Amino acid sequence: MKSIQIEGVSKSYTEGALALDEVSLELSENSFTCLLGPSGCGKSTLLNMIAGFIEPTTGHILVDGREVTHAGADRGVVFQEYALFPWRTAIENVEFGPMVQGVSRAERRATAREYLSLVGLAEHEDKYPRELSGGMKQRVAIARALANHPSVLLMDEPFGALDAQTREVMQEELLRIWEQDKKTVVFVTHSISESIFLADRIVVMATQPGTIKEIVDVALPHPRERSSAEFVALEREIKRLVREEVAKLGVTG
Amino acid sequence: MEAEAVNTPGAATVSPRAATPSATGARPKPRKTLGRPAAVLLRVCSLLLFFTLWWGVSLLNAHVLKVFNPVLLPAPDEVLRAGIKMAASGELLRHITASLSRVLWGFGIAAVLGVVVGTALARSRVLEHLVEPSLEMLRPIPPLAFLPMMVLWFGIGESSKVAFIAYAAFFPVFTTTVEGIKYVDPVLIRAASSLGATERQIFWHVVLPAATPNIITGLRLAFGLSFFVIVAAEFIAADSGLGFLINDARTFFLVANMLLGAAVIGIIGVAANVLLRKLEARLLRWRAESRGQA
Repeated sequence: MKSIQIEGVSKSYTEGALALDEVSLELSENSFTCLLGPSGCGKSTLLNMIAGFIEPTTGHILVDGREVTHAGADRGVVFQEYALFPWRTAIENVEFGPMVQGVSRAERRATAREYLSLVGLAEHEDKYPRELSGGMKQRVAIARALANHPSVLLMDEPFGALDAQTREVMQEELLRIWEQDKKTVVFVTHSISESIFLADRIVVMATQPGTIKEIVDVALPHPRERSSAEFVALEREIKRLVREEVAKLGVTG
Repeated sequence: MEAEAVNTPGAATVSPRAATPSATGARPKPRKTLGRPAAVLLRVCSLLLFFTLWWGVSLLNAHVLKVFNPVLLPAPDEVLRAGIKMAASGELLRHITASLSRVLWGFGIAAVLGVVVGTALARSRVLEHLVEPSLEMLRPIPPLAFLPMMVLWFGIGESSKVAFIAYAAFFPVFTTTVEGIKYVDPVLIRAASSLGATERQIFWHVVLPAATPNIITGLRLAFGLSFFVIVAAEFIAADSGLGFLINDARTFFLVANMLLGAAVIGIIGVAANVLLRKLEARLLRWRAESRGQA
């Protein structure tokens, strides 16, 4: 079954500047897709349109067969800047979704506990965001998105602000969580290795205007070894694709 | 993300140009850190020095130098005696209650109006353009300029004082509320809407809590300002209150009572500030550390 259908979507911000041009894409249920490309290829724009934060200029986006018109609880979003509510403790952050849906206090607390322990933060439920490290904050944000039981999880460079070691741990964690709580995941990144490590499908995007350059299916079994021959070969191939786009921007090296 | 709000305790106005010392390149020397006992000792010394100086000048003048009429500067112990006498007769308490109740009423009205009007303006472009120019025109005029008029409009009873304080204290609350509400991190609003929150829920659960630190700063400034202006209001038209006490004592040349009035205002101000800071620390527990570092 198709989870997300993107049909001829374009986005122009001002006269002449076309962020996305006639993008069409279908994502099946419980798939893990990475949108990959240099900055300015419109990958975040596309994600924000699926989330319902911005409207396409032309075309439609359907999630579970319904057209996206605004942000909604069926599409959980994880942001690069965590976007945790600083005045709420970890568990209160996770409870936010169920709370606004009108779930009873006891029930939402139980749900929040469950998801906090899923992301490995059961011990830290009463801490405020300022008391948590970047990786921990992002775990809370993932738990918060999942606690709402969305059918789609949208992640906008979620590990972009983390250091390299934490980033790898979080990638492994994300796959572990995804195995336990399957969702259709759309993951925006500009890291080639991250996209190969995580995704079933990598959508390599072209710049000026943003279009789909190539779709690469990643058939490697999990867990993926970054130093394996197949991984490295794929990395080299995708790097070549991305390089062409970077060159188009006039930013070489 | 956390634009550290204006936090000058006791200052009624805040200059945006306050902190640009390194422009000339002459970097200020890093201040030496002191241990806590040393700091406390120095602070006690500061107070001791102040009172010794006051006492010394007063006694020296009265008994040795005789430069000015000793009535003009009573020694601290005389002020204390005046205070005890007034407290015993219940008169002091009457003045304190009178001033405090005016301040609380005026401040309360200003707090509610400031937050409500500020919120409305921050959320509606039409209202903003419709109301803000007028408020911006009134804001730079010192509230004291309107005091005589307020007395004409509201009479010499309580209402003129309350209205005057409410007017003066409105602006800091209003300004900080507008700022706080307008500049809520948009990603927090996106996060909330993607979690299914409605506009209303976003306002109550995201916008308002995000603006709270700003609003509290405004409330603290407004409270300080309320005390600042009540004294002036009581100079002009009142038969009770600490401002009246000072002015009344002047007519009878009771300088000790004048100083007593000032001292009591100071003590209440310090106490109020401590209380408000405690309240603030409680309400803003979530950012306790970031405040400490700022």
